[in-house]
Amino acid sequence: MKKYKVITSLSYPQEGAMGKTGSWRVFRPVLDVSKCVKCLRCWIFCPEGSIKRNKDNSVEINYDYCKGCGVCSNVCKVKAITMDREAKKE
Amino acid sequence: MTIMIDTGNYIAAKAAVMARPQVVAAYPITPQTTLVEGIANYVANGEYKGEYICVESEHSAMAACIGASETGSRTFTATSSHGLLLMHEMLHWASLARLPIVMCNINRVIGPGWNIWTDENDSIAQRDTGWIQFYCSSNQEIFDTIIQSFKIAEHEKIVLPVMINYNAFILSHTSMPADIPTQKEIDDFLPPFKPHWKLDVNNPVTHGNIIGTAYYEHIRKGMQDAQDHAKKIIKDVAKEWERQFGRHHGDLIEYYHCDDAEYILISTGAIGAESKAAINNLRKEGIKIGLARLRVFRPFPEEEIRKLAKQSELIVIDRNISIGSNGAFYNEIKSALYGVSDTKVTGFIAGLGGKDVPYHDIETMCKKAIKSKKVNNSQIWFGFDGGE
Amino acid sequence: MSQTDLVEIVIHGRGGQGSVTAANLLVSAALKDGNKGLQAFPIFGAERRGAPVRAFARISENEIHLRSEIYSPDIVIVQDESIMDLVDVLKGLKDDGKILINTRKSPKDFPFSKKYNVATVDATSIALKYDITVGGIPVVNTPILGAVPKILSKVTLPSIQKTVMEKWKGTAGEKNVKATQEAFDTVEVDT
Repeated sequence: MKKYKVITSLSYPQEGAMGKTGSWRVFRPVLDVSKCVKCLRCWIFCPEGSIKRNKDNSVEINYDYCKGCGVCSNVCKVKAITMDREAKKE
Repeated sequence: MTIMIDTGNYIAAKAAVMARPQVVAAYPITPQTTLVEGIANYVANGEYKGEYICVESEHSAMAACIGASETGSRTFTATSSHGLLLMHEMLHWASLARLPIVMCNINRVIGPGWNIWTDENDSIAQRDTGWIQFYCSSNQEIFDTIIQSFKIAEHEKIVLPVMINYNAFILSHTSMPADIPTQKEIDDFLPPFKPHWKLDVNNPVTHGNIIGTAYYEHIRKGMQDAQDHAKKIIKDVAKEWERQFGRHHGDLIEYYHCDDAEYILISTGAIGAESKAAINNLRKEGIKIGLARLRVFRPFPEEEIRKLAKQSELIVIDRNISIGSNGAFYNEIKSALYGVSDTKVTGFIAGLGGKDVPYHDIETMCKKAIKSKKVNNSQIWFGFDGGE
Repeated sequence: MSQTDLVEIVIHGRGGQGSVTAANLLVSAALKDGNKGLQAFPIFGAERRGAPVRAFARISENEIHLRSEIYSPDIVIVQDESIMDLVDVLKGLKDDGKILINTRKSPKDFPFSKKYNVATVDATSIALKYDITVGGIPVVNTPILGAVPKILSKVTLPSIQKTVMEKWKGTAGEKNVKATQEAFDTVEVDT
């Protein structure tokens, strides 16, 4: 990646600049692959880029960074994504 | 009196409403938002009965305040950072028109890079607009200064707008206790506004017409004279407040252990309050040091600075910078001393971008200044990039 | 340290758990107990639900000059035990410092109880018992405050309860008052 020498407020793209934001999650999106029709709406709407698109248009959720906002579950036409309470660590 | 524990913004909202402005016009911006939200609450519960105008920008907010003030209304607004910058044209308008508008500005960093924390560059950039500028260091001081500011702004020898500055989050969002006088006590201290000129159909005037070069000079000189008068009137009003309410936060300057001081630290706002903790610790180590917390930047307290320089070396902390030169306070302090004093003035730039300036850092700065025998003509960036 | 009687408190929680409200309630209660120097403030920045956050409180009998963050607290309060996996809550804690944790465990279960004074209270169960919830999620900030007088003499339980009643009137207030009482009665303090 090209880096500029001028000191100004430039941000360069990088994965997880804020750390693993998955730890903020209260609800966890769970994808039922058998229901998924590969429409990619979840991939388009995820505000955090936490849904990975595979070559065959199947999707995976990156739990390291997913904050559990529930947008993917909300936009899914076939209700393939449910929001489950994050299991408490004991 | 009752004690209210709340954030600087909510306490400012309380003060603003108790001053009974006929008109408030404001546009929300972080970190000022809770102040206008506070006033909106007083509208909702009936405590504030004036006109509360929601406008579409800060430029419009000040324009609405100007319009209201020109018709003889007591007027209040609040803003921060980019909001203040957007008002810039209207700030000149308000002061040149001699309108005693009172405004809170929550000192916030200017972007980019985007940053909502505190430094003074927003208000320092309005230095030459003709507004009187206060810098506060506690929620109680915010309350007291807002009420006092209406009296100062509306004084017949001043008739200029007043800007009350306080630090983003460190004061705006920190709960601290404040003694709130009764409405009657406030009313006794601050009677209703009697305008010094106004747009009145029974006494028609036009305002803002084209004027010639010679008379324009009179307008500027009039403002300058008013700022000169303000030096005394700010003191008188602070004294009157002390007589009535028993509190004095200083006038142009707050002095702390200055009487026998060989060194005097000059700082403002939240750093000014934190400096007291540093002074206490340095005094315990046997260093004869005091604090002059600058409360007023316009009018600039030149005489007071000269007096301090007679007895002490000066150490200045600026939470602002005039790029290509120095911090504004450092520059103006040195300028005040020209031809009068050769005392050493050591300047630091600290806390830009909202970087925390804890008391132990202030102690380090003071010690560094005391140790150094050479006269620097530029400031030291304290703690820059993790260094000292 | 600039004043000897100053107590500095850091509250760890997650965004949305009411850490700032807890700090505000605590200093309001401290005022009722005659303290004049009071401060409560959030970690300055954007609020993010679920993210680890901190709130701060300072309590003194005298006016407080400090305006900086708290770097070496006397007391640490942990509202959410799971935070301890993400954040070093002991960072800067004074050698004789105290730590109050919302947990089902006992103080002895925490290895650092050898060094610090640990107090534990099951504020989550108390919140559920008295139905102090928002959207089904237990709100632990008021229950945990009930335990504070056991580790901090500057604040008393009646003052905390009075403050709670001022904030939430009627049955909501009463539920919260009962919760603070139960936390006060059940907190385990390691001595």
